[in-house]
Amino acid sequence: MNREPSSRSMRLLVPLIVGLVFLGFWELLVRASDIPPFVLPAPSVIAESLAQNFGSLMTSLWATLRVTLAAFLLAVVGGIGLAILFSQNRLLETALFPYAVALQVTPVVAIAPLIIIWVGYDRVEIAVLILAWIVAFFPILSNTTLGLRSADHNLRDLFRLYGASRWQVLSELQLPSALPYILAGMKISGGLALIGAVVAEFVAGSGAATGLAWRIVEAGNRLDIPRMFAALFLLSTLGICIFFALTLLEQRLLRNWHESAIRREI
Amino acid sequence: MTGTPPLIELAGIGKTYGSGTVALGGVDASVREGGFVSLVGPSGCGKSTLLRIVAGLIAPDRGQISWPASGTRPSDIGFVFQDATLMPWARVAENVYLPLKLKGIPKDEAMPRVRDALARVGLADFASAFPRELSGGMKMRVSIARALVTEPPVLLMDEPFAALDEFTREKLDDDLVDLWTSQKFTTIFVTHSIYESIYLSERVLVMGARPGRILADIAIEAPYPRGRAFRESTPYVETCARVSAALREGVSR
Ligand SMILES: Nc1ncnc2c1ncn2[C@@H]1O[C@H](COP(=O)(O)OP(=O)(O)OP(=O)(O)O)[C@@H](O)[C@H]1O
Ligand SMILES: [Mg+2]
Repeated sequence: MNREPSSRSMRLLVPLIVGLVFLGFWELLVRASDIPPFVLPAPSVIAESLAQNFGSLMTSLWATLRVTLAAFLLAVVGGIGLAILFSQNRLLETALFPYAVALQVTPVVAIAPLIIIWVGYDRVEIAVLILAWIVAFFPILSNTTLGLRSADHNLRDLFRLYGASRWQVLSELQLPSALPYILAGMKISGGLALIGAVVAEFVAGSGAATGLAWRIVEAGNRLDIPRMFAALFLLSTLGICIFFALTLLEQRLLRNWHESAIRREI
Repeated sequence: MTGTPPLIELAGIGKTYGSGTVALGGVDASVREGGFVSLVGPSGCGKSTLLRIVAGLIAPDRGQISWPASGTRPSDIGFVFQDATLMPWARVAENVYLPLKLKGIPKDEAMPRVRDALARVGLADFASAFPRELSGGMKMRVSIARALVTEPPVLLMDEPFAALDEFTREKLDDDLVDLWTSQKFTTIFVTHSIYESIYLSERVLVMGARPGRILADIAIEAPYPRGRAFRESTPYVETCARVSAALREGVSR
């Protein structure tokens, strides 16, 4: 028998147990040493706060989720689309790629106020969406660009030998070859979309932001630390869900052929 | 025979790669239509380069390649690369279907031909396997099936059986000769094995390295099918000695 936690249930169970033990410790520590809830609330207090503010927190969760998903989907479409365009036209790539990089390396916090002013405070959600998109877009673009280029050279020659059109090379060879890269980019970008949305909400401030990040700011201002933790908890749960959903997608799409997803016979 | 123009005519073919390596320094050769020619030579002497030039995948920087019998390079050339070069995401049948797909032949029309090509290389039962589920030799056979599926008039093979065991190799050699005698495509076959080159072909071109050139052009008169008896006959042994002498001369020069 191998002792690695290879089975599906084990992979779920082990982290869960670790989490529960950790929460238990936390609870004990807070109770035993009388730490006040505005410094570090016990997990039970956080859970209580979560239950009490369930309605408003869920509304905020939904707002953040919506922006994150929209930004992510636009990043996937835009990133893959632009990468395909680049792969078809070297001049376009040479001309535009540096600007894509510039957009990426400029900290989003620094661009946020500008974007918000441009879009207008009455449409903060769109500003947040744009900012989250800016952050999420680049990993998809750069990974897809790399992936489209990494098609096997002999296979390329084979396609040429049989007189394949550009479109056939793209759809039958380059895109399938790029798929693992695209999926890896999506995993990074999914997390970044959430981070982008949260950062943008922070910057947008009280205006009209309704997402979880704003709940955290608000709770902080009122020193309602349990609520802050509750919002934080939802935020990281959301991030984890996004990550696992994308990992699952990756496994599904690659399991038959790509080294990363193949189950090894030992 | 004299009077019929050759199918492939190479005149003074030279190729220098960007790195400065002179891969080919003036190769002259011709291949008759329906002929079976082997290229033998040490590693790095430019065999793959020559094959790519014949296929039109790279252009020579000196010399001329012409197709006297047909006028132009056939639109359909089967090419078997040194490694199997399969699409890992596609099942075996999809891989073999590729050349037909690229020519716009619909799948239901193509599938009988795909199955037939797979049967010819003994892989009829593996149509729906993924490449990673096959052994190295099986992958190579898929690659051969893919090259044969269009029934090309020209088949170029770059050490197709180099990675196989002796037993499988001899079987595939026989299968190849059977196919060739029945379909009469023109074949250029690159190999490291002197024995294989003599067993298979009508002519062996011995190549030498740096710069790549042709050292000897040795005809093998034995009739097909050749079988075991040929491998033990005196002409066979003598030809082996001639080819290896030509190879050795190329190395010492
Ligand atoms: N793409 C390339 N760029 C630069 N040099 C190359 C390239 N391909 C081949 N060469 C060089 O050209 C020479 C001939 O290479 P080639 O692959 O044709 O040899 P080969 O006879 O097929 O060898 P082998 O039997 O090992 O396959 C070698 O010296 C190699 O280093
Ligand atoms: Mg080679």
